Amino acid sequence: MARIVILGAGIAGHTAARHLHKMIGRQHEIVVVSPNRKWNWIPSNIWVGVGQMKEEQVTFDLAEIYGKTSIDFRQAKALSIHPQGDAGMAKPYVTVEHTVAAEAGRQEKISYDFLINATGPKLNFGATEGLGPEHGHTVSVCTASHAVEANHKLQTIIDAMKKGERRTIVIGTGHGMCTCQGAAFEYIYNVDHVLREAGVRDRARLVWISNEYELGDFGMGGVHIKRGGYITNGKTFAESLMVERGIEWITRAHVKKVEAGKIHYETLDGTFHELAFDFSMLIPPFAGVGLKAYDKAGEDITAQLFAPNGFMKVDADYTARPYAEWSAKDWPRTYQNPTFKNLFAIGIAFAPPHMISKPMQSANGTPINPTAPRTGMPSASMAIAVAHSIRDMLNGADQPTHHASMAEMGAACVASTGANFFSGSAASMTVYPVVPDFEKYPEYGRDTNLTFGEVGLAGHWMKYALHHLFIYQARMKAGWSLLPD
Amino acid sequence: MSNRPLNREPYQQAYYPPTPTGFTRYMRTSLIWQAYRFLVINVKMLKLMAKSKH
Repeated sequence: MARIVILGAGIAGHTAARHLHKMIGRQHEIVVVSPNRKWNWIPSNIWVGVGQMKEEQVTFDLAEIYGKTSIDFRQAKALSIHPQGDAGMAKPYVTVEHTVAAEAGRQEKISYDFLINATGPKLNFGATEGLGPEHGHTVSVCTASHAVEANHKLQTIIDAMKKGERRTIVIGTGHGMCTCQGAAFEYIYNVDHVLREAGVRDRARLVWISNEYELGDFGMGGVHIKRGGYITNGKTFAESLMVERGIEWITRAHVKKVEAGKIHYETLDGTFHELAFDFSMLIPPFAGVGLKAYDKAGEDITAQLFAPNGFMKVDADYTARPYAEWSAKDWPRTYQNPTFKNLFAIGIAFAPPHMISKPMQSANGTPINPTAPRTGMPSASMAIAVAHSIRDMLNGADQPTHHASMAEMGAACVASTGANFFSGSAASMTVYPVVPDFEKYPEYGRDTNLTFGEVGLAGHWMKYALHHLFIYQARMKAGWSLLPD
Repeated sequence: MSNRPLNREPYQQAYYPPTPTGFTRYMRTSLIWQAYRFLVINVKMLKLMAKSKH
């Protein structure tokens, strides 16, 4: 019997656990390590952040679900990987630190035959002074509890506006190197929607601020879609949505510092600006969770396993090249570590070979560009591919048998722009492939027949249906494996 | 003092992007049209997923 250890139980880690359990759960041991007991359907946090959903509707108890299966759940935080074992333990192992109150701080070594690193991001609020809900002046929707607090503060602002006061609301990215613009994009439109429902939209100045070169970049270098007899850049549609809702926008911005009521930012032209606000939700940059790695002798090999930003190196081509020479082939296909073949990293935890959007620097040398998104559907696809590869390697295959390159897969995204069954809307978007392949699609890097976007009520129905479908699936209820991931 | 509305200020951020016509806005929430679009979007996403499987 082999033991597969999965670090992290977000979309990537839990998807890998579900599929491994279904395929080999009877013959092999599957251990999931996560510091959080609750699973969170993160895409619906934006609805919690505007009071349209409760925290309980977007989370559930993971330990309870795993308790009904043979998956061994350890509520703990991974600290280090020892891929060669050490003098005291011949097998490779991970060191974890328990986070349950009764065992808090207790460290444990868990040996493994295969390890999947799906630890997701560290929300790096510390990268920008004054950013974030814990030590700063902005709110966040990155976790369900953050979203609850965001809504609490938003309702206070709405109450003030109902009394006739005017307020400035700023939403976007809190650093020049952020990804996940989509979450902020959804949040600003949902805030706009609830302000209109509350009858106070005319008393709010709504401002979007982001590190994108142009609106609609989303860390993917933007998209081109067919519409009205033209192939048009997504920027046109993103700007159109902003104008339609009376939202101002600031792009090419790196937020340098946030003070109470004031955002300091630098733009790509090297100039510095200030923006006063009453309520602000800014997404933080992501970093790796800070896992360390040691060899058999106890020497630190973290730099061998991880990129400087803390994400794990996999089968990507990390050779530094100028933007014009980037290739779809640079992107990983199997997510296997090149040195340790029983080690994989999926979701946000793997180190991308480079960004997708073109790197830009301000006149002062500050990098201002979105980093590559790798959440949601791509994360699940990677998880399924790795789960299948591990199953086949346990059955004798000498290398991974399945692949899920972001340059060979598409992504579907339904971005809510207002939650209401009759008057709501969402932008439904697909992009294929996620990473442009200019060898296959020389003009735009993508298949314009599979890359599309439209706004409408159907998108809201879709988003609402997907919310229930994915939570049902994640709860591993009857027939979950028949549903699309 | 004249009650004539002031001319719209040109060359502003909001001056250039396309804005939806009343018909487009109506179609965005038309139940029949959106029910049809719901099916179309589902088919498009299923095609995308089929192409992404390896």
